[in-house]
Amino acid sequence: MRMVRREQRGATRRLGLHAVSIAVGVAALVAINSFRANLADSVRGQAREILGADLELRRGSPLPPSVDSLLDSAAATGVTVSRRTTFASMALAPRSGRTRLVQTIATDGRYPYYGGVETSPAGSWSALADPHNVLVDPAVLIELDVRVGDSLKVGDVTFQIAGSVTNYPGRVSLQTAIGPRVYLPLAALPATNLIRRGSRASYLASLRIGNTADVRRFLYRNRELLRSEQVRHETVDETEDDLTEAFDTFTRFLGLVGLAALLLGGVGVASAIHVYVRSRLDAVALLRCLGASGMTVTAIYLVQAAVLGLLGAAAGTVLGVAVQLTLPHVLGQFLPLDVAVRLHLPAILQGLLLGTVAAVVFALLPLLPVRRVPPLRTLRRELEPVTSRGDPVRLAVAGGLVALIVALCIWQAPNTPTGLGFAGAIAATALVLWVAARTMMGLTRRLFPHSATYAVRQGVANLFRPRNQTLAVTLALGFGVFLISVLLVVQHTLLRQFRVDFRPDRPNLVLFDIQTDQRQGVRALLTSHHLPILQETPIVPARLYAINDLTVEQILNTPGNYVYHRWALRREYRHTYRDTLVRSETLLQGRWWDTAARPRGSAAAGQREGGVGAATERQSSGAEGQREAEGETGTAPIDRPVGSDSLPLISIEEGIAQDLHVTIGDRLTWNVQGALIETRVASIRRVNWARFEPNFFVVFQPGVLEDAPQMAVILTRSTDVAVRAVVQRDLVERFPNVATVDLTLLQRTLDTIVGKVTLAIRFMALFSVASGILILVAALATSRHQRLKEVTLLRTLGAAARQVRTVLLTEYAALGFLAGFTGAGLAAVAGWAVSRWVFEIPYRVPWLGLLAFWVGSAVLTTIVGAATGRELTRRPPLDVLRSLAE
Amino acid sequence: MPIIVTENLTQTYLSAGRPLTVLRDINLAIEAQRLVAVVGPSGSGKTTLLGLLAGLDRPTTGTIRIDGQDMGALDEDGRAAFRARRVGFVFQTFQLLPTLTALENVLVPLELRPGGREAGDDERARALLERVGLADRGHHYPSQLSGGEQQRVGLARAFANRPSILFADEPTGSLDAETGADVIDLLVELNAEAKTSMVLVTHDPALAARAHRVIQLRAGTIVSDEPSA
Repeated sequence: MRMVRREQRGATRRLGLHAVSIAVGVAALVAINSFRANLADSVRGQAREILGADLELRRGSPLPPSVDSLLDSAAATGVTVSRRTTFASMALAPRSGRTRLVQTIATDGRYPYYGGVETSPAGSWSALADPHNVLVDPAVLIELDVRVGDSLKVGDVTFQIAGSVTNYPGRVSLQTAIGPRVYLPLAALPATNLIRRGSRASYLASLRIGNTADVRRFLYRNRELLRSEQVRHETVDETEDDLTEAFDTFTRFLGLVGLAALLLGGVGVASAIHVYVRSRLDAVALLRCLGASGMTVTAIYLVQAAVLGLLGAAAGTVLGVAVQLTLPHVLGQFLPLDVAVRLHLPAILQGLLLGTVAAVVFALLPLLPVRRVPPLRTLRRELEPVTSRGDPVRLAVAGGLVALIVALCIWQAPNTPTGLGFAGAIAATALVLWVAARTMMGLTRRLFPHSATYAVRQGVANLFRPRNQTLAVTLALGFGVFLISVLLVVQHTLLRQFRVDFRPDRPNLVLFDIQTDQRQGVRALLTSHHLPILQETPIVPARLYAINDLTVEQILNTPGNYVYHRWALRREYRHTYRDTLVRSETLLQGRWWDTAARPRGSAAAGQREGGVGAATERQSSGAEGQREAEGETGTAPIDRPVGSDSLPLISIEEGIAQDLHVTIGDRLTWNVQGALIETRVASIRRVNWARFEPNFFVVFQPGVLEDAPQMAVILTRSTDVAVRAVVQRDLVERFPNVATVDLTLLQRTLDTIVGKVTLAIRFMALFSVASGILILVAALATSRHQRLKEVTLLRTLGAAARQVRTVLLTEYAALGFLAGFTGAGLAAVAGWAVSRWVFEIPYRVPWLGLLAFWVGSAVLTTIVGAATGRELTRRPPLDVLRSLAE
Repeated sequence: MPIIVTENLTQTYLSAGRPLTVLRDINLAIEAQRLVAVVGPSGSGKTTLLGLLAGLDRPTTGTIRIDGQDMGALDEDGRAAFRARRVGFVFQTFQLLPTLTALENVLVPLELRPGGREAGDDERARALLERVGLADRGHHYPSQLSGGEQQRVGLARAFANRPSILFADEPTGSLDAETGADVIDLLVELNAEAKTSMVLVTHDPALAARAHRVIQLRAGTIVSDEPSA
C-alpha cells in the first residue's frame, strides 16, 4: 500500500482530469436514476388525482342504454357517477372576432372527485351549474384575446366566460395539443347543435366507488357487458401502472444516453492509463529490478485507477445530485404531476459503484503490458514490454470488459432486448467511428497538401506525434458529436415529414365535419373570399361486417383464431369514394376502376337491403335502431350469388389488407350505419400517411355511397393570415359545427412537442459531449510536456510566436475537424438507416445543421486547445531549455 | 572585428522565491569564424550563457551584440527572426521533430524564415543530408534512425539556413564515444567549410580540445579563458 501511495504522488495530477471524465458519466446516471425514483414516488402519490376518479369508462360513441342502466343502478347503491363528452370544435370570441379550434369538455361538474380543479378567480368551477357559463384554459384567453366576463360562442350558443381553469386532472396527451380546453355545462351541449351523426366525440363516465376492492368487484361483475359494448375502462391502479411504465421507459432511455457518457469516460481512462503507463515504464522496470513481481506492479497501478475512479465517481455523484435538481425544469413539460426532488440513496450508491468499476475495468486492458516489462529495461531503455496477441489474460480482460458493458446496458435499459440492442449499437458505433477515424487520419496524413504553409503542415503532422491520443480524442469527441447530430437528423426528418407543404397548390386550411346540407354553403363562402376548393372529400363512417362468408362476430368467436387483428376487425372505418388516386397514394396490385362505368351494385344494394338512403332515416331512431338493422339484414349478403361484375369495387390499403388477410377478389361486407353493403377488393394501394391530407384505408368506387350519411372535408389555402382568420370567423358564425384546422398553427404545435422531447434527449447527450471535451483537455494535458519541448525547439530555431500559435491552432482545429466530420458524417448515415428502416419515411440530410455541428466541434476544440496551450508560448525558450536540460 | 560582444552580462532567476544569480558580470568578445568551447561543472551557468548569447531570453542586466545588433533592442519575435536568419543550433538530445521526416527536419529552419521556403531549399537540404552521409535516409522518421544518425540530421539542420554563428549544447552528450567522435569530426569540418563561428558547451575533453578557445565557467563567472592547447 505504501508503494501505491508513493507512486500515486505523480499520478494524481496527471490522471486527475481523467477521473473527472468518469465523473461526468456518473453524474448523468445518478441524476437520471434519482429522478426516475422521484417520479415513481410522485406517481404513486398522485395517480388518483391524475385520474380524478376511482374508475373511468370511455366510449367513442354515446354509452348504450345497457351501460346507462348499469350506471343508474350503481348510483342507487351509493356510487357517484359523473358524465362528460369531449370533442373538438371551434370557439369564436365575438369581442375580438378571433376563432380557435378547441378541445371542448361538456361536463356535469361533479368530476373530478380527487385532486380538484383550480380556477381563477378561485371557486368559479361551480359557475358551470349555470348553463350560460363556460370556463376556459388560460391559453384560450390569450389566443382569442378575451377576458373573464367576455362572451364566447361555441356551436349555436353564446356563453359567458366565468373564469379560467389553471389545473385540471388528466394526462397531457397529443389531443390537448389540438387546442386549449373549453369547459361547458353538459346540460348546454344539445343547444350547441355540435354533436351530430358521425361527429368524433368521446363519451366518459367517471365513478367514485370507494376502495379498490369494490372497483375490482364492479369491473369483474360487468366485464362481459363492457367488452361487448366496446367500453374501455381505466382504474387508479392502471393509471399508476401506465404512467410509471411510460416514465420508466422514457427515463431509462435517457439513462442509456447518460450511460454512453460513462462509457466515453471509460475510454478516456483507458487512453490516459495507456499514456501514463508508457511514461512509467522506467519506474516499473526499476520496481521489477528490485524484486517486485509483475502482479504486484500491476496491482499498484490498478489500485491507483480504483482510487481515482472512486474520487471521480464521488465528484460525479455530487454533480449528479445538482443536475437532478434541474431535471424537473428540463423534463417538467411532459409531466402531468409535481415531482418532489429527493435524494435517492440507491441511485447514489450505484453511481459510486459504477464509476469505480468502470475506472478499474477500463484501466485493466492498458495496464496489462506492465506485467511484462523486462527488468533489464533499467539498463537498456529501448527494451519494450513483450506483448503477445494470444495472451489468455488479455483475452479474459477484454471479455470481461465487453461483459461489463453489456451488463450495464441491460441494467439501465427498459428491457433486455433494448439493452442488448443498445450495447450492440454502441459496439457498432464505436467500431465504425474507430474505422472512420483511422481512415480519416490515414487520408489526412497521405493527402495533406505539401504546398500548405509550414506552420499548417506541422500542425497537421502533430496529430501523429508519438504517443498521440488523436484516435482516443477523435473517438470520444466524435461519439458526442454523433449522438447530438443523430438526434438532429432524426428530429429534422420526422418534422420534415409532418411539415406543411407551402407550395402554391398545397392546402393550409382544413375544414372538417361539413354536413351534406352544408356543403353548398361552405363552398360558396370560400369562393366569396376567393379561396380555392383544392379538394373536397366525403367521409362515410362504417364498420366491417363480414369477410367473404364469415361475419366478424363469427371470426372473433372462433377460438384460437389469432391471424386477424382484432383492431382491424372492430374499428370504425371512415370510407370515401372517388374515381381517381390522389397524390399520396400508389397502386400496388389490381386495377383502378374505369371512371366511366358505374356499378350496378349500388342499385342492387339499395333494393336488397332497404337502400342506403333508407338507412339514413332509420338511423334517426338511434343506436338501438342501428342494432336492429344489423339483426334484420345480418345474413342477407352472405348467401348472395357472387359475380365479379355485380359487386361495388373497393381499393384497400396494403397494411389493413394484411391485417384482415384479404387480397384482390375477396369480398368485404360493410355496415354503413345500418345498411349492409357487400364489396369486392379490386386493388391494393400504398398510402403515405404522414401528410396533412385526408387519407383512407378503403376507397369506394363512385356511385355506391353517395346517399349514405356522410360528412365532407374541404381543403383550401390562403397565404394571408388575415384572410384565414376572417374565413374561419365567418365559417364559425354560419356553420358552427364545422371545425377548421389551420395547418400552420398545427405545425407550430407539433414543432413544440417534438422540440420538447428532443430537448430532453439532447440534454442527456450533452453529457457525452462534456465527456468528450474533458478527454480532449486531459489528452492535451498529458501531452503538455511533449508540446512544450516542440514549441521551445521551434522558437529556438527562429519561429515567430505567431507561427507557433498557428501550428498549435492547426493541430487543435484539425482534431476537432476530424472528430466532427467523423461524428456528423456517421450521424448522416445513421439517420438514413433510421428513416429507411425504423420510420420508413423519405430521408433528407439536414446539411446546414450537420455542417454547424461539424464546424462547431472544430471551433470548440480549437478554443479548448488554445486555452490549454496559451502558457506554452508565454515562457521564454531559455527557461524551458534549462528545465529540459536539468 | 568580434562577432559577439557582451558587456556586464548578469542573469538572475527566482528560485524557490529567492533570487539566484546564474551568471555574473560576463564580458566576452568572440571573433568570427572561431570555434569557442564553454566548459565547467553542472550548474555553472553554461547553458544559460549559451541561451543568452543566442537571444533565447533577455539578460537581467548587461548587453549582448551579435554582428553589431543589440539583442536587447529586439523583442521576442525580433530575436526569433534574427535566429531564423543568422543562427544555427545543435542540441544534446538532438531535438528532431518526431512527426517530420529527416529531410523535413532539415527544412524546418528554412521554412521558418520570415519569407518562408524559397526555390532551391529542397536541393540544399538534400545536399546537406548527403554531406552528413544520410542521402538515402531522407524519408525516415527520427524514431527510425539511430542516435548518431539523428544527431547528423541535427547537424544538417543547423547549417541549413547558412548561419553566421552556430550554438551547440553538448552535441556529443547522448552519444557513445565512437559515434561522438564521428559527429565531432563532421561538426568541425562543416564549420570550417561554412566559415561559421561556433560556440559550444561541452563536458567532452576531446571536443574541447578541438576548439580555438576554451572558456571555463564556475558559479556563473569566467574562471579561465585561453586558447586551446
